[in-house]
Amino acid sequence: MKKILGILAFVVLAAPPAFADEFTKADMDRWQKEFDAAAKLGRKLWVNDGPVKLGTNGVACAQCHPNGANTHPETYPKFQKQLGKVAQMWEMVNWCIRNPLEGKNLAADSNEMTALLAYANSERKGVKLAPGKH
Amino acid sequence: MSQMGRRDFLKLGALAGIATLPLSMVRIAFGKPEDDFTFAYISDSHIQHIKGNQFVRNWDMGLKRAVAETNLLVPKPDFVVFGGDLAQMGTKEELDHGAELLSALKYKTYHVMGEHDYYLDLGKYWEKLFGPQWYSFDHKGVHFVVLNSILTTDEWTFKRWPTAEQRMAEMAGLDNPNGSPFMVGEAQRKWLKEDLAKVAKTTPIVVFSHSPIQKIFKNWNFWTDDAEQVQALLKPFQKVSVVYGHVHQIQYNQIGNISFNSVMATAWPWPYPQSYVLADSHLPVLTVPMNRADPFFERDATGWQYINTRTGRLALNYELPNNTKRQVAFNAKTGKPQDMAYQDKKNRILPQDHY
Repeated sequence: MKKILGILAFVVLAAPPAFADEFTKADMDRWQKEFDAAAKLGRKLWVNDGPVKLGTNGVACAQCHPNGANTHPETYPKFQKQLGKVAQMWEMVNWCIRNPLEGKNLAADSNEMTALLAYANSERKGVKLAPGKH
Repeated sequence: MSQMGRRDFLKLGALAGIATLPLSMVRIAFGKPEDDFTFAYISDSHIQHIKGNQFVRNWDMGLKRAVAETNLLVPKPDFVVFGGDLAQMGTKEELDHGAELLSALKYKTYHVMGEHDYYLDLGKYWEKLFGPQWYSFDHKGVHFVVLNSILTTDEWTFKRWPTAEQRMAEMAGLDNPNGSPFMVGEAQRKWLKEDLAKVAKTTPIVVFSHSPIQKIFKNWNFWTDDAEQVQALLKPFQKVSVVYGHVHQIQYNQIGNISFNSVMATAWPWPYPQSYVLADSHLPVLTVPMNRADPFFERDATGWQYINTRTGRLALNYELPNNTKRQVAFNAKTGKPQDMAYQDKKNRILPQDHY
Protein backbone atom coordinates (compact mmCIF):
# COMPACT_ATOMS: atom_id res chain seq x y z
CA MET A 1 0.00 0.00 0.00
CA LYS A 2 2.76 2.37 0.97
CA LYS A 3 4.42 1.65 -2.30
CA ILE A 4 1.28 2.42 -4.25
CA LEU A 5 0.80 5.76 -2.47
CA GLY A 6 4.37 6.59 -3.30
CA ILE A 7 3.77 5.96 -6.96
CA LEU A 8 0.57 8.02 -6.92
CA ALA A 9 2.31 10.93 -5.26
CA PHE A 10 4.97 10.78 -7.92
CA VAL A 11 2.39 10.83 -10.68
CA VAL A 12 0.54 13.83 -9.19
CA LEU A 13 3.72 15.86 -8.79
CA ALA A 14 5.05 15.06 -12.20
CA ALA A 15 1.88 15.74 -14.19
CA PRO A 16 1.79 19.33 -15.52
CA PRO A 17 -1.18 21.07 -13.88
CA ALA A 18 -3.62 22.13 -16.55
CA PHE A 19 -5.15 24.92 -14.48
CA ALA A 20 -4.27 27.01 -11.43
CA ASP A 21 -1.72 29.78 -11.48
CA GLU A 22 0.79 28.76 -14.04
CA PHE A 23 1.05 31.17 -16.95
CA THR A 24 3.46 32.09 -19.65
CA LYS A 25 4.83 35.23 -21.29
CA ALA A 26 2.32 34.65 -24.08
CA ASP A 27 -0.52 34.72 -21.54
CA MET A 28 0.76 37.93 -20.03
CA ASP A 29 1.07 39.56 -23.44
CA ARG A 30 -2.49 38.57 -24.26
CA TRP A 31 -3.86 39.91 -20.97
CA GLN A 32 -1.99 43.19 -21.46
CA LYS A 33 -3.41 43.39 -24.97
CA GLU A 34 -6.91 42.91 -23.60
CA PHE A 35 -6.36 45.72 -21.10
CA ASP A 36 -4.85 47.98 -23.75
CA ALA A 37 -7.85 47.37 -25.99
CA ALA A 38 -10.18 48.41 -23.15
CA ALA A 39 -8.11 51.54 -22.47
CA LYS A 40 -8.09 52.32 -26.21
CA LEU A 41 -11.87 52.06 -26.37
CA GLY A 42 -11.96 54.25 -23.26
CA ARG A 43 -9.86 56.90 -24.99
CA LYS A 44 -12.22 56.84 -28.00
CA LEU A 45 -15.24 57.29 -25.75
CA TRP A 46 -13.33 59.98 -23.81
CA VAL A 47 -12.93 62.13 -26.95
CA ASN A 48 -16.44 61.41 -28.24
CA ASP A 49 -15.15 59.25 -31.09
CA GLY A 50 -16.39 55.87 -29.83
CA PRO A 51 -18.94 53.38 -31.20
CA VAL A 52 -21.58 54.87 -28.85
CA LYS A 53 -22.12 58.42 -27.65
CA LEU A 54 -22.02 58.93 -23.88
CA GLY A 55 -23.88 62.23 -23.96
CA THR A 56 -26.44 64.07 -26.04
CA ASN A 57 -24.81 67.47 -26.56
CA GLY A 58 -21.50 66.57 -28.18
CA VAL A 59 -19.46 67.51 -25.09
CA ALA A 60 -16.52 65.11 -24.55
CA CYS A 61 -14.84 64.04 -21.29
CA ALA A 62 -11.54 65.30 -22.75
CA GLN A 63 -12.82 68.86 -22.97
CA CYS A 64 -12.39 69.25 -19.18
CA HIS A 65 -10.03 66.29 -18.58
CA PRO A 66 -7.27 66.26 -21.21
CA ASN A 67 -5.25 63.03 -20.86
CA GLY A 68 -7.72 62.06 -18.12
CA ALA A 69 -6.10 64.66 -15.86
CA ASN A 70 -7.89 65.80 -12.69
CA THR A 71 -9.90 62.58 -12.41
CA HIS A 72 -7.57 61.14 -9.74
CA PRO A 73 -8.41 57.43 -10.03
CA GLU A 74 -5.82 56.71 -7.33
CA THR A 75 -8.00 58.41 -4.69
CA TYR A 76 -11.11 56.22 -5.02
CA PRO A 77 -13.10 55.08 -3.15
CA LYS A 78 -13.28 58.38 -1.29
CA PHE A 79 -15.75 60.54 0.55
CA GLN A 80 -17.46 62.70 -2.02
CA LYS A 81 -18.99 65.60 -0.14
CA GLN A 82 -21.39 66.32 -2.99
CA LEU A 83 -22.83 62.79 -2.74
CA GLY A 84 -22.57 62.66 1.07
CA LYS A 85 -20.93 59.22 1.08
CA VAL A 86 -17.85 57.25 0.20
CA ALA A 87 -18.14 56.83 -3.55
CA GLN A 88 -16.43 54.89 -6.31
CA MET A 89 -15.03 56.48 -9.41
CA TRP A 90 -17.74 55.10 -11.68
CA GLU A 91 -20.32 57.08 -9.72
CA MET A 92 -18.43 60.27 -10.51
CA VAL A 93 -18.05 59.26 -14.17
CA ASN A 94 -21.83 58.85 -14.32
CA TRP A 95 -22.23 62.25 -12.67
CA CYS A 96 -20.23 63.76 -15.51
CA ILE A 97 -22.21 61.84 -18.13
CA ARG A 98 -25.51 63.05 -16.66
CA ASN A 99 -24.51 66.69 -16.17
CA PRO A 100 -21.94 68.26 -18.51
CA LEU A 101 -22.61 65.60 -21.17
CA GLU A 102 -26.40 65.58 -20.63
CA GLY A 103 -26.49 61.79 -21.08
CA LYS A 104 -27.73 58.72 -19.22
CA ASN A 105 -25.96 56.62 -16.56
CA LEU A 106 -23.84 53.71 -17.73
CA ALA A 107 -24.12 50.43 -15.82
CA ALA A 108 -21.17 50.13 -13.44
CA ASP A 109 -20.07 46.87 -15.08
CA SER A 110 -20.75 47.87 -18.67
CA ASN A 111 -17.97 47.55 -21.26
CA GLU A 112 -18.06 51.31 -21.72
CA MET A 113 -17.60 52.12 -18.02
CA THR A 114 -14.81 49.56 -17.76
CA ALA A 115 -13.16 51.13 -20.80
CA LEU A 116 -13.43 54.68 -19.39
CA LEU A 117 -11.91 53.59 -16.08
CA ALA A 118 -9.18 51.62 -17.87
CA TYR A 119 -8.27 54.75 -19.84
CA ALA A 120 -8.28 57.12 -16.85
CA ASN A 121 -6.14 54.70 -14.84
CA SER A 122 -3.69 54.15 -17.70
CA GLU A 123 -3.04 57.92 -17.92
CA ARG A 124 -2.30 57.92 -14.18
CA LYS A 125 0.13 55.02 -14.30
CA GLY A 126 2.80 54.98 -11.60
CA VAL A 127 0.98 57.25 -9.15
CA LYS A 128 0.78 55.79 -5.64
CA LEU A 129 -2.59 54.63 -4.43
CA ALA A 130 -4.10 57.20 -2.08
CA PRO A 131 -7.58 55.89 -1.24
CA GLY A 132 -9.73 58.47 0.48
CA LYS A 133 -7.51 61.41 -0.46
CA HIS A 134 -9.24 64.63 -1.40
CA MET B 1 -3.19 100.69 -7.33
CA SER B 2 -1.00 97.65 -7.92
CA GLN B 3 0.15 97.75 -4.31
CA MET B 4 -3.35 97.63 -2.91
CA GLY B 5 -5.03 94.53 -1.61
CA ARG B 6 -8.66 93.80 -2.21
CA ARG B 7 -9.52 94.74 1.38
CA ASP B 8 -8.11 98.24 0.83
CA PHE B 9 -10.08 98.41 -2.36
CA LEU B 10 -13.28 97.61 -0.56
CA LYS B 11 -12.46 100.11 2.17
CA LEU B 12 -12.01 102.83 -0.40
CA GLY B 13 -15.18 101.71 -2.07
CA ALA B 14 -17.01 101.99 1.24
CA LEU B 15 -15.63 105.48 1.79
CA ALA B 16 -16.83 106.49 -1.62
CA GLY B 17 -20.24 105.03 -0.85
CA ILE B 18 -20.17 102.54 -3.71
CA ALA B 19 -19.48 99.32 -1.84
CA THR B 20 -23.05 98.18 -2.35
CA LEU B 21 -22.23 97.29 -5.94
CA PRO B 22 -20.55 93.91 -5.99
CA LEU B 23 -18.45 94.72 -9.02
CA SER B 24 -17.34 98.21 -8.09
CA MET B 25 -14.02 99.33 -9.39
CA VAL B 26 -12.04 102.06 -7.78
CA ARG B 27 -9.61 104.06 -9.80
CA ILE B 28 -6.64 104.98 -7.66
CA ALA B 29 -5.14 108.18 -9.01
CA PHE B 30 -1.63 108.20 -7.58
CA GLY B 31 -0.19 109.63 -10.76
CA LYS B 32 -1.79 111.56 -13.52
CA PRO B 33 -5.43 110.46 -13.60
CA GLU B 34 -5.32 110.28 -17.38
CA ASP B 35 -2.73 107.49 -17.10
CA ASP B 36 -5.10 105.18 -15.23
CA PHE B 37 -7.82 103.22 -16.91
CA THR B 38 -9.48 99.85 -16.80
CA PHE B 39 -10.57 97.35 -19.38
CA ALA B 40 -12.44 94.07 -19.08
CA TYR B 41 -11.29 90.72 -20.47
CA ILE B 42 -13.56 87.82 -21.38
CA SER B 43 -12.16 84.68 -22.98
CA ASP B 44 -12.58 81.07 -24.03
CA SER B 45 -16.35 80.68 -24.22
CA HIS B 46 -16.24 77.66 -26.55
CA ILE B 47 -19.79 78.14 -27.80
CA GLN B 48 -20.71 74.64 -29.01
CA HIS B 49 -23.36 73.90 -31.60
CA ILE B 50 -25.51 70.79 -31.12
CA LYS B 51 -27.94 71.04 -34.04
CA GLY B 52 -30.48 73.48 -35.46
CA ASN B 53 -30.75 76.32 -32.97
CA GLN B 54 -29.42 74.25 -30.03
CA PHE B 55 -26.14 75.08 -28.32
CA VAL B 56 -24.53 73.58 -25.20
CA ARG B 57 -26.35 75.38 -22.39
CA ASN B 58 -23.47 75.27 -19.90
CA TRP B 59 -21.04 77.19 -22.16
CA ASP B 60 -23.75 79.67 -23.22
CA MET B 61 -24.40 80.46 -19.55
CA GLY B 62 -20.73 81.18 -18.87
CA LEU B 63 -20.54 83.79 -21.61
CA LYS B 64 -23.93 85.31 -20.79
CA ARG B 65 -22.92 85.73 -17.16
CA ALA B 66 -19.57 87.37 -18.02
CA VAL B 67 -21.26 89.76 -20.45
CA ALA B 68 -23.99 90.70 -17.96
CA GLU B 69 -21.50 91.26 -15.14
CA THR B 70 -19.14 93.26 -17.34
CA ASN B 71 -22.02 95.56 -18.22
CA LEU B 72 -22.47 96.25 -14.48
CA LEU B 73 -18.91 97.46 -13.92
CA VAL B 74 -18.63 100.82 -12.18
CA PRO B 75 -16.78 102.87 -13.27
CA LYS B 76 -17.16 101.69 -16.84
CA PRO B 77 -14.17 100.01 -18.46
CA ASP B 78 -12.69 101.85 -21.46
CA PHE B 79 -13.10 98.74 -23.61
CA VAL B 80 -13.47 94.96 -23.54
CA VAL B 81 -11.16 92.33 -25.01
CA PHE B 82 -12.44 88.93 -26.05
CA GLY B 83 -9.44 86.61 -25.81
CA GLY B 84 -10.30 83.93 -28.40
CA ASP B 85 -12.00 80.53 -28.64
CA LEU B 86 -15.41 82.10 -28.95
CA ALA B 87 -16.43 78.92 -30.83
CA GLN B 88 -15.69 75.23 -30.28
CA MET B 89 -15.56 73.91 -33.85
CA GLY B 90 -15.20 77.22 -35.72
CA THR B 91 -18.55 77.02 -37.50
CA LYS B 92 -20.60 79.95 -38.76
CA GLU B 93 -23.40 78.90 -36.37
CA GLU B 94 -21.10 79.02 -33.34
CA LEU B 95 -19.37 82.28 -34.30
CA ASP B 96 -22.72 83.92 -35.09
CA HIS B 97 -24.25 82.75 -31.81
CA GLY B 98 -21.19 83.87 -29.85
CA ALA B 99 -21.17 87.25 -31.60
CA GLU B 100 -24.85 87.65 -30.77
CA LEU B 101 -24.23 86.97 -27.06
CA LEU B 102 -21.29 89.40 -27.10
CA SER B 103 -23.38 92.05 -28.86
CA ALA B 104 -25.06 92.74 -25.51
CA LEU B 105 -21.79 94.32 -24.29
CA LYS B 106 -22.11 98.08 -23.95
CA TYR B 107 -18.45 98.74 -24.76
CA LYS B 108 -16.13 98.66 -27.71
CA THR B 109 -14.80 95.12 -27.96
CA TYR B 110 -11.45 94.00 -29.41
CA HIS B 111 -11.09 90.41 -30.56
CA VAL B 112 -8.23 87.90 -30.38
CA MET B 113 -8.17 84.78 -32.60
CA GLY B 114 -8.25 81.35 -30.93
CA GLU B 115 -7.53 77.99 -32.55
CA HIS B 116 -11.17 76.91 -32.17
CA ASP B 117 -12.21 79.98 -34.19
CA TYR B 118 -9.58 79.45 -36.87
CA TYR B 119 -8.94 75.94 -38.13
CA LEU B 120 -12.20 75.31 -40.00
CA ASP B 121 -11.92 78.14 -42.55
CA LEU B 122 -8.58 79.67 -41.45
CA GLY B 123 -10.35 82.60 -39.87
CA LYS B 124 -12.31 83.78 -42.91
CA TYR B 125 -15.73 84.06 -41.25
CA TRP B 126 -14.22 85.39 -38.01
CA GLU B 127 -12.54 88.19 -40.04
CA LYS B 128 -15.89 89.07 -41.54
CA LEU B 129 -17.40 89.43 -38.06
CA PHE B 130 -14.52 90.95 -36.12
CA GLY B 131 -11.88 92.34 -38.51
CA PRO B 132 -8.19 91.62 -39.09
CA GLN B 133 -6.45 88.68 -37.39
CA TRP B 134 -3.63 90.88 -36.06
CA TYR B 135 -3.47 94.63 -35.46
CA SER B 136 -2.41 97.31 -33.01
CA PHE B 137 -3.99 100.37 -31.42
CA ASP B 138 -3.07 103.11 -28.95
CA HIS B 139 -5.06 104.01 -25.88
CA LYS B 140 -4.17 106.62 -23.24
CA GLY B 141 -0.45 106.33 -23.81
CA VAL B 142 -0.31 102.51 -24.03
CA HIS B 143 0.47 100.69 -27.29
CA PHE B 144 -1.71 97.57 -27.60
CA VAL B 145 -0.77 94.75 -29.96
CA VAL B 146 -3.15 91.91 -30.86
CA LEU B 147 -1.47 88.79 -32.28
CA ASN B 148 -2.81 85.65 -33.89
CA SER B 149 -0.51 83.28 -32.01
CA ILE B 150 -2.28 80.02 -32.87
CA LEU B 151 -0.90 79.57 -36.40
CA THR B 152 1.22 76.54 -37.21
CA THR B 153 3.26 75.11 -40.08
CA ASP B 154 2.02 75.31 -43.68
CA GLU B 155 2.48 71.56 -44.00
CA TRP B 156 0.09 70.85 -41.09
CA THR B 157 -2.37 73.56 -42.11
CA PHE B 158 -2.57 72.97 -45.85
CA LYS B 159 -1.31 69.48 -46.65
CA ARG B 160 -1.99 67.02 -43.89
CA TRP B 161 -5.77 66.76 -43.64
CA PRO B 162 -8.26 65.66 -46.30
CA THR B 163 -10.98 68.04 -45.11
CA ALA B 164 -11.26 71.36 -43.26
CA GLU B 165 -13.59 69.68 -40.75
CA GLN B 166 -10.98 67.07 -39.89
CA ARG B 167 -8.30 69.76 -39.56
CA MET B 168 -10.53 71.63 -37.11
CA ALA B 169 -11.34 68.46 -35.14
CA GLU B 170 -7.65 67.48 -34.89
CA MET B 171 -6.67 70.89 -33.51
CA ALA B 172 -9.74 71.12 -31.24
CA GLY B 173 -8.57 68.20 -29.07
CA LEU B 174 -6.27 69.79 -26.49
CA ASP B 175 -4.48 66.50 -25.77
CA ASN B 176 -4.62 65.19 -29.33
CA PRO B 177 -1.15 64.02 -30.38
CA ASN B 178 -2.10 64.83 -34.02
CA GLY B 179 -2.22 68.55 -33.18
CA SER B 180 0.66 70.91 -33.91
CA PRO B 181 2.55 73.53 -31.86
CA PHE B 182 1.21 77.07 -32.08
CA MET B 183 3.32 79.84 -33.56
CA VAL B 184 3.10 83.52 -34.46
CA GLY B 185 5.02 82.90 -37.66
CA GLU B 186 7.47 84.82 -39.78
CA ALA B 187 5.02 87.11 -41.59
CA GLN B 188 3.45 88.34 -38.38
CA ARG B 189 6.81 88.75 -36.64
CA LYS B 190 7.92 90.95 -39.54
CA TRP B 191 4.73 92.99 -39.15
CA LEU B 192 5.30 93.25 -35.39
CA LYS B 193 8.86 94.47 -35.88
CA GLU B 194 7.64 97.22 -38.23
CA ASP B 195 4.73 98.12 -35.96
CA LEU B 196 7.00 98.44 -32.91
CA ALA B 197 9.60 100.47 -34.82
CA LYS B 198 7.22 103.44 -34.68
CA VAL B 199 6.82 103.22 -30.89
CA ALA B 200 9.04 104.97 -28.30
CA LYS B 201 10.93 102.55 -26.04
CA THR B 202 9.38 104.25 -23.00
CA THR B 203 5.82 103.60 -24.20
CA PRO B 204 4.17 100.76 -22.28
CA ILE B 205 3.37 97.79 -24.56
CA VAL B 206 0.49 95.40 -23.88
CA VAL B 207 0.23 92.31 -26.10
CA PHE B 208 -2.94 90.22 -26.35
CA SER B 209 -2.50 86.69 -27.69
CA HIS B 210 -4.50 83.50 -27.37
CA SER B 211 -1.63 81.18 -26.51
CA PRO B 212 1.03 82.09 -23.96
CA ILE B 213 4.05 83.68 -25.69
CA GLN B 214 6.17 81.41 -23.49
CA LYS B 215 6.75 77.67 -23.24
CA ILE B 216 4.90 75.91 -20.42
CA PHE B 217 3.52 72.56 -21.61
CA LYS B 218 3.81 71.42 -25.20
CA ASN B 219 1.33 68.53 -25.00
CA TRP B 220 -1.61 70.88 -24.45
CA ASN B 221 -0.21 73.78 -26.48
CA PHE B 222 0.35 75.89 -23.36
CA TRP B 223 3.11 76.90 -25.72
CA THR B 224 4.13 79.16 -28.60
CA ASP B 225 6.90 77.65 -30.68
CA ASP B 226 8.53 80.96 -31.68
CA ALA B 227 8.01 82.53 -28.24
CA GLU B 228 11.69 83.50 -27.87
CA GLN B 229 11.68 85.32 -31.22
CA VAL B 230 8.57 87.31 -30.27
CA GLN B 231 10.01 88.05 -26.82
CA ALA B 232 13.19 89.35 -28.51
CA LEU B 233 11.11 91.92 -30.45
CA LEU B 234 9.55 93.10 -27.16
CA LYS B 235 12.83 93.22 -25.25
CA PRO B 236 13.87 96.81 -26.08
CA PHE B 237 10.80 98.27 -24.38
CA GLN B 238 10.82 99.22 -20.71
CA LYS B 239 7.34 98.02 -19.80
CA VAL B 240 5.83 95.03 -21.57
CA SER B 241 2.85 92.89 -20.58
CA VAL B 242 1.43 89.85 -22.38
CA VAL B 243 -2.14 88.78 -21.61
CA TYR B 244 -3.23 85.39 -22.92
CA GLY B 245 -6.19 82.99 -22.79
CA HIS B 246 -6.23 79.35 -23.92
CA VAL B 247 -5.09 77.83 -20.59
CA HIS B 248 -8.42 78.15 -18.69
CA GLN B 249 -6.58 78.80 -15.41
CA ILE B 250 -4.65 81.47 -13.52
CA GLN B 251 -0.99 81.66 -14.54
CA TYR B 252 1.54 84.46 -14.31
CA ASN B 253 5.22 84.86 -14.94
CA GLN B 254 8.02 87.37 -15.49
CA ILE B 255 10.67 86.83 -18.16
CA GLY B 256 13.16 89.70 -18.30
CA ASN B 257 11.15 92.87 -18.89
CA ILE B 258 7.98 91.00 -19.92
CA SER B 259 5.12 90.27 -17.51
CA PHE B 260 2.80 87.43 -18.43
CA ASN B 261 -0.78 87.05 -17.17
CA SER B 262 -3.37 84.50 -18.22
CA VAL B 263 -7.12 84.99 -18.07
CA MET B 264 -9.88 82.58 -17.08
CA ALA B 265 -12.27 80.80 -19.42
CA THR B 266 -16.00 81.38 -19.14
CA ALA B 267 -16.64 77.79 -20.28
CA TRP B 268 -14.70 75.26 -18.14
CA PRO B 269 -11.43 75.01 -16.18
CA TRP B 270 -8.37 72.98 -17.17
CA PRO B 271 -6.10 70.95 -14.93
CA TYR B 272 -2.67 72.41 -14.21
CA PRO B 273 -0.10 70.64 -16.42
CA GLN B 274 1.60 68.96 -13.46
CA SER B 275 -1.65 67.01 -12.91
CA TYR B 276 -0.67 64.94 -15.96
CA VAL B 277 2.10 62.79 -14.58
CA LEU B 278 3.25 61.08 -17.79
CA ALA B 279 4.85 64.22 -19.32
CA ASP B 280 7.14 67.01 -18.13
CA SER B 281 5.74 70.53 -17.79
CA HIS B 282 7.01 73.90 -16.63
CA LEU B 283 4.42 75.91 -14.77
CA PRO B 284 6.02 79.28 -13.88
CA VAL B 285 7.18 79.07 -10.25
CA LEU B 286 5.64 82.49 -9.57
CA THR B 287 2.14 81.17 -10.20
CA VAL B 288 -0.09 80.49 -7.22
CA PRO B 289 -2.68 78.17 -8.79
CA MET B 290 -6.40 78.85 -8.78
CA ASN B 291 -8.52 76.69 -6.48
CA ARG B 292 -9.29 73.16 -7.60
CA ALA B 293 -12.66 73.03 -9.29
CA ASP B 294 -15.75 71.61 -7.64
CA PRO B 295 -17.58 70.13 -10.63
CA PHE B 296 -20.88 70.23 -8.77
CA PHE B 297 -20.93 74.01 -9.21
CA GLU B 298 -21.25 74.50 -12.93
CA ARG B 299 -19.39 77.82 -13.09
CA ASP B 300 -16.76 76.95 -10.52
CA ALA B 301 -13.15 77.63 -11.62
CA THR B 302 -14.40 79.69 -14.56
CA GLY B 303 -14.61 83.46 -14.68
CA TRP B 304 -13.63 86.72 -16.33
CA GLN B 305 -11.56 89.69 -15.28
CA TYR B 306 -11.21 93.44 -15.23
CA ILE B 307 -7.77 94.88 -15.56
CA ASN B 308 -6.55 98.09 -14.00
CA THR B 309 -3.84 99.81 -15.98
CA ARG B 310 -1.69 102.29 -14.14
CA THR B 311 1.28 103.89 -15.87
CA GLY B 312 1.27 100.98 -18.23
CA ARG B 313 1.41 98.16 -15.66
CA LEU B 314 -1.43 95.71 -15.16
CA ALA B 315 -3.46 94.52 -12.19
CA LEU B 316 -5.79 91.65 -13.04
CA ASN B 317 -8.94 91.29 -10.97
CA TYR B 318 -10.38 87.82 -11.36
CA GLU B 319 -14.15 87.56 -10.97
CA LEU B 320 -14.67 83.93 -9.94
CA PRO B 321 -18.19 82.60 -9.37
CA ASN B 322 -18.34 80.34 -6.27
CA ASN B 323 -14.80 81.31 -5.33
CA THR B 324 -12.94 84.08 -3.54
CA LYS B 325 -11.90 86.69 -6.07
CA ARG B 326 -8.21 86.96 -6.86
CA GLN B 327 -6.01 89.91 -7.76
CA VAL B 328 -2.67 89.49 -9.52
CA ALA B 329 -0.85 92.78 -9.91
CA PHE B 330 2.57 93.96 -11.03
CA ASN B 331 4.73 94.87 -8.06
CA ALA B 332 7.09 97.70 -9.03
CA LYS B 333 9.44 96.90 -6.13
CA THR B 334 10.06 93.26 -7.08
CA GLY B 335 9.53 93.80 -10.80
CA LYS B 336 7.14 90.83 -10.99
CA PRO B 337 3.42 90.15 -10.93
CA GLN B 338 2.18 88.84 -7.59
CA ASP B 339 -1.01 87.56 -6.07
CA MET B 340 -2.18 90.19 -3.60
CA ALA B 341 -3.45 87.64 -1.05
CA TYR B 342 -1.71 84.31 -1.59
CA GLN B 343 1.80 84.98 -2.94
CA ASP B 344 3.48 84.30 0.39
CA LYS B 345 3.69 80.51 0.85
CA LYS B 346 2.24 80.70 4.36
CA ASN B 347 -0.92 82.37 3.03
CA ARG B 348 -1.79 79.61 0.56
CA ILE B 349 -4.83 77.44 1.09
CA LEU B 350 -5.45 73.71 0.62
CA PRO B 351 -7.64 74.00 -2.52
CA GLN B 352 -4.63 75.57 -4.32
CA ASP B 353 -2.75 72.27 -4.02
CA HIS B 354 -2.98 70.48 -7.38
CA TYR B 355 -1.65 66.97 -7.87
